[in-house]
Formats: sequence, C-alpha cells, structure tokens
Amino acid sequence: MSKGFSKSSVGRKVLMALSGFFLMFFLVQHLAINLISVFSADSFNAASEFMGTNPLVQFALQPVLFFGIIFHLAMGIYLELKNRAARPIKYAMNKPSENASWVSRNMVITGIMILLFVGLHMVHFFFPTINAHYITHEHLDAYEMVANKMANPVYFGIYILAFIFLALHLLHGFQSAFQSVGFNHNKYTPIIKKLSYLYAIAVPLGYAIVAVYHFTNACCSSASCSL
Amino acid sequence: MNLTLKVWRQKDAKSKGKLESYPVSGISEHASFLEMMDVLNEQLINEGKEPVAFDHDCREGICGMCSLYINGEAHGPDRGVTTCQLHMRMFKDGDTIYIEPFRSKAFPVLKDLIVDRGSFERIQQAGGFISVNTSGNTQDANSLPIAKPMADKAMDAATCIGCGACVATCKNSSAMLFVAAKVSQYSYLPQGQVERKERVLNMVDQMDKEGFGNCTNTGACEVECPKGISLEFIARMNKEYSSASVKAEN
Repeated sequence: MSKGFSKSSVGRKVLMALSGFFLMFFLVQHLAINLISVFSADSFNAASEFMGTNPLVQFALQPVLFFGIIFHLAMGIYLELKNRAARPIKYAMNKPSENASWVSRNMVITGIMILLFVGLHMVHFFFPTINAHYITHEHLDAYEMVANKMANPVYFGIYILAFIFLALHLLHGFQSAFQSVGFNHNKYTPIIKKLSYLYAIAVPLGYAIVAVYHFTNACCSSASCSL
Repeated sequence: MNLTLKVWRQKDAKSKGKLESYPVSGISEHASFLEMMDVLNEQLINEGKEPVAFDHDCREGICGMCSLYINGEAHGPDRGVTTCQLHMRMFKDGDTIYIEPFRSKAFPVLKDLIVDRGSFERIQQAGGFISVNTSGNTQDANSLPIAKPMADKAMDAATCIGCGACVATCKNSSAMLFVAAKVSQYSYLPQGQVERKERVLNMVDQMDKEGFGNCTNTGACEVECPKGISLEFIARMNKEYSSASVKAEN
C-alpha cells in the first residue's frame, strides 16, 4: 500500500465513501431494532438488552462504530475547509444550481445537522443506557425511555427534522459513495441512482414512522389529546 | 444589442482587482462572445483606455485557450461549448453580463481575465505521457491492434482540451475531471500499460500539490465541460489510484 494513500485527495475520498458505506449499513441495523418497538415492547427491550450488554457489540462493534462516525465527520469537515481554501476569491456572480443539485452541494450542512441530532440522541438514549448498565446497575426499561422521549412534541419535531436532513444527506451520499470507490458502469449506475432514492427515502421514513407511532401513542393515552 | 458588461480588471498578479462596468452597443446576436469582447476592446482603445486582457487562440473550440466565467457559469450559459463558440443570441438586449476569470488558488490571475493554468501543465508533466522510442523506427500503427470499444473510450477521454472549466465551476475547485481524463486516456490503450501505476500516483500527487480542492461528486464539471467529459472517468481514476496504491511497494 502506498504511504500517501490516506493523505491524497483520491484516497481520502475513498475513505469517506467506505466510512459512509459502513454508516449506511449501521442505519439499517439500527432501524431494524427501532421497528421492533412498534410491534412488541418486550421484544424491543430484549433486543436493547442484548445490544447494551453483549460484549461483542459493546467492546468490538461499538468502538468501530464510534471510530466510523468520528472519522466520517472529522474528515468531512477537514475536506470542506480545504475545499473552501482552494478558492480564496469567490465569484461575484455564480449560478451553482445550474449544474449541480442542492443536496450534492450542501453535504456539510446536512451532515452538521445530523451530527447535532446524534449529540442529542446520545444524551437521550446512549448516555442513560451506559449509566444504567455500568454505573448505577439499575434496570432500564428501554421501551419506556423511548415512549417518554417521543411523547415530548419538541423532541418529536427535532427527530422528524433530523430524519429529513438524513434523507437529504443520503440522497447524494449513497450514489456518491459508489462513484468514489470507482464504481461507475453504464448499466448499473442508473440502477444505483434509483436505489439511492429508495434507500434515502425508505430508511429515514422508517425512522420517522417509529417516532410517529410513539408520539401518537403518547398523545392518544394523554387526557388532553383529541386524537 | 445593447449590453452592460461588468468585467474583472486587475493590473497584474500582485494587484487587487475589481469589477468595472462598460456599456457596449450595436452588438450583433450572430457575433461570438469573443467578437463582442473585441468590440469592447476597440471601444476602450478609442477612448484611450487599457483594453481588457483575455485568453484566446483558435476560436474554433478545440484549443482550450479561452476561458471566462460568464454570468455565473464557466464558458457562459450554453452547454458543450467553449467561450469562443458562445454566441450573443444566448443573451437578451439590455442584459447585464458579469465576466470574471476562472477562480481557483491553482489558477492565479495574471492580468484582467487571464489566469495561469500552468498547474495543468505540471500535472501532465508528472505522468500524462507515454515513454516511446521516437528515434525513427516507429512501429506501424496496425501492428498493435486495439479493440474498438477501448479505442472509443480512450478517444472520449482524449477529447479533453484542458481549458479548466471543470476547476472553475467546481464548488471545491477540484481538477479531478481533467486529471481523470488524462489518466483514463492512457489506461485504455496498450501503450499506456507500462507506466500505468506510476502515472496515476504521480499525476494525483501533483494535482494535490498544486492546491486544487477535493471532488465531492456534485457533477457540475461534467455539465460545464465543453467536451462532455464524463464523470465515469473520475470513477475510473479513483479505481486506478486505489489499485496502484495497494500494489505500490513504497
């Protein structure tokens, strides 16, 4: 392996794509567990318990996930700063929308919005879980924790907004990752572009459906709700 | 047509430039953009002012010399053309037209609308060639058969005229479409195989040294390229680079 790979523009782009692929795989896995909560509180609690206590998940997969997130984020911001520095004098008149989509031009904005959401999400769910498992050793009802958080209309609104930003990020990110690793084919690239739309809409929509389910559940069980 | 031109004026590489307004009148809609610039310069010379410096050569769309960022787009609002092929019928009477140099740290402005695209030359010198014996015993072309699809792909890549519109239009000032075209052109041909790995490693290395930005696959370059160079070549370069990096011994 060439020593300069990770320092080169092409190498970094490939690494951004690989970390992106990994995070897209993680999104599907996370969604699968979330969807369980719509069908059964007990099964969801069992799945959460497994993910929160299994040593392989906790000490092997979780650190890899954190590394993937931090790498994708740090490299994304670093490259954005380098890219901005590559044009010190801006155009007085520029029409970027004439030749490129908004989502492809604003990955850093949608990415930062997702990052802010991930921070809130960690405060809501990850840190309380770690606290219960490793510090206080209390029993934690994961389903109740989800239901309580989603009952708050502000949190619910923030989560839905975050899923919209996630969809925008994925609309470009999914197909862009294939291009970055060198996969561009007359026959398959149009299919990848269609899959990109499917993934970018279906996955965030899946997350949103889970959020809507818990929000309406909480709403219907409260006396003040007319639903 | 009567137009108002807002043209970037800059005395030399070290001076600070600014946009100056010039009215021009009686422009034919059949005139090319550069002919309109010639009219402006005649007008400026008659007024005793310094004419606007801009790059041009063949005026047939094949040399890659003309540039200009016109009304927010590289080579102006038309598609698949260089500035010399852009016609004034793309504009309306009374329009205000912004004319700026291609902007990139790797394309410093020399004077007015002329930028130094020497960075492209240095990238080419780093690997955009094949080493062959040219001492009079050149092989007959037909002694080296090349499959038609491969020859076509190589030709598609080779149509790049190195004008720099890809860099100018890219939000990141990335030169990847240019470098990808040059790397791909040789990668399809048997003559290019000997130096295939060093070529992509050295050309990308030189591209990075020149201060171009990183590609984020927005696709703007492909849209603005006067020769329609495809993003497919960037994917090919990424693959070539990864493969060459993995196999590299140091």
